[in-house]
Amino acid sequence: MKLTLVTGLTGLLLLGTIVELLRRRQLREKYGMLWLAVLIIVIPLSLFPRLLDNVAELLGVASGVSLVLFLGIVFLLLVCVHLSWEVSALEEETRTLAEDFALLRAQIDADRAARDELVSTDG
Amino acid sequence: MVNGKRTLIIIPALNESGSIADVVGEVRGELPGVDVLVVDDGSTDRTAAVAAAAGARVAKLPYNLGVGGAMRLGYRYARDNDYDVAIQIDADGQHDPRYVPKLVDLLDDNDLVIGARFAGEGDYNVRGPRRWAMVMLSAVLSRVARTKLTDTTSGFRAANRRVIEMFAGWYPAEYLGDTVETLVHTARRGYRIRQVPVAMRKRMAGTPSHSPAKAMIYLGRAFAVLTLALIRR
Ligand SMILES: Nc1nc2c(ncn2[C@@H]2O[C@H](COP(=O)(O)OP(=O)(O)OP(=O)(O)O)[C@@H](O)[C@H]2O)c(=O)[nH]1
Ligand SMILES: [Mg+2]
Repeated sequence: MKLTLVTGLTGLLLLGTIVELLRRRQLREKYGMLWLAVLIIVIPLSLFPRLLDNVAELLGVASGVSLVLFLGIVFLLLVCVHLSWEVSALEEETRTLAEDFALLRAQIDADRAARDELVSTDG
Repeated sequence: MVNGKRTLIIIPALNESGSIADVVGEVRGELPGVDVLVVDDGSTDRTAAVAAAAGARVAKLPYNLGVGGAMRLGYRYARDNDYDVAIQIDADGQHDPRYVPKLVDLLDDNDLVIGARFAGEGDYNVRGPRRWAMVMLSAVLSRVARTKLTDTTSGFRAANRRVIEMFAGWYPAEYLGDTVETLVHTARRGYRIRQVPVAMRKRMAGTPSHSPAKAMIYLGRAFAVLTLALIRR
């Protein structure tokens, strides 16, 4: 019973955090939704850990709890890979921006030099 | 103009204020009529100002992108301003601009020409794991490109319009990607690669980016980059 209390409270706390972050617009919706979906699965499980025992038996896993642990780790790994992928895409985007910026600056410098030359030859 | 071709010299530079003026000056002296673009890659010294004073055009990146990042910028500049030939030269004075016409000559029958050490001229020497890495890269890349390549990490290269066009849209920013992966990519797309023996000089000023302690790591990374490049499309 004590254990159920601890896991259940943890689940609710996480849920609260996500909702609050979403409310303050600190999480992009696509990530917020992902974590909400996860919590909606996790909270019932934290209250009733034996919920998955049948499924676990079907797959040959000794207990539902091990199954949840296993699935949890797989899920977290996938999330990490996804985030690395997003970071790579972001780096490519900032790289292109940096290039555009440098090219524009070079163009402005060239224009200014050309204008200065024009002014000095005119005057 | 070099041999009647509009030529852009691209010099990637990171904290090379000690040598960049001499390098730009020498290039402009030896090759009248070429344009020089120095890509200052987030230097903390006066590289950009010194280069501009020496008569180069300067593109200053807001933060460090690495040689590959700087070079894609250079190729974009070359494409947008309609150059026939783009040539990469190091900012430390190791590359002798007098070899440039030779490289450009070979672009008549090739798409990418590399100025290579260890090919007969000069007396540049490397030992230990760094040398093994170079030997491995040369062996594999020579097969991929179906031509003899002895210095695959050379930063002395000439590209014609077709390769400029490709590099402007695709040029890896990763470590060693700018040399090794671009060679695999270029060769696989059917472009012709050739090397020309050149003598390399000592760097004029500043610090070399490699220390002996890093040689072993270099070997491992070279192997990883090469393997990845080969399994990529
Ligand atoms: N744009 C850019 N250029 C760089 C960076 N690091 C080095 N360079 C430039 O790349 C060129 C080659 O760098 P070096 O440190 O001389 O490397 P190397 O010629 O392979 O090695 P050494 O034999 O030690 O000279 C020089 O023109 C450097 O200024 C960087 O992060 N960004
Ligand atoms: Mg060098």
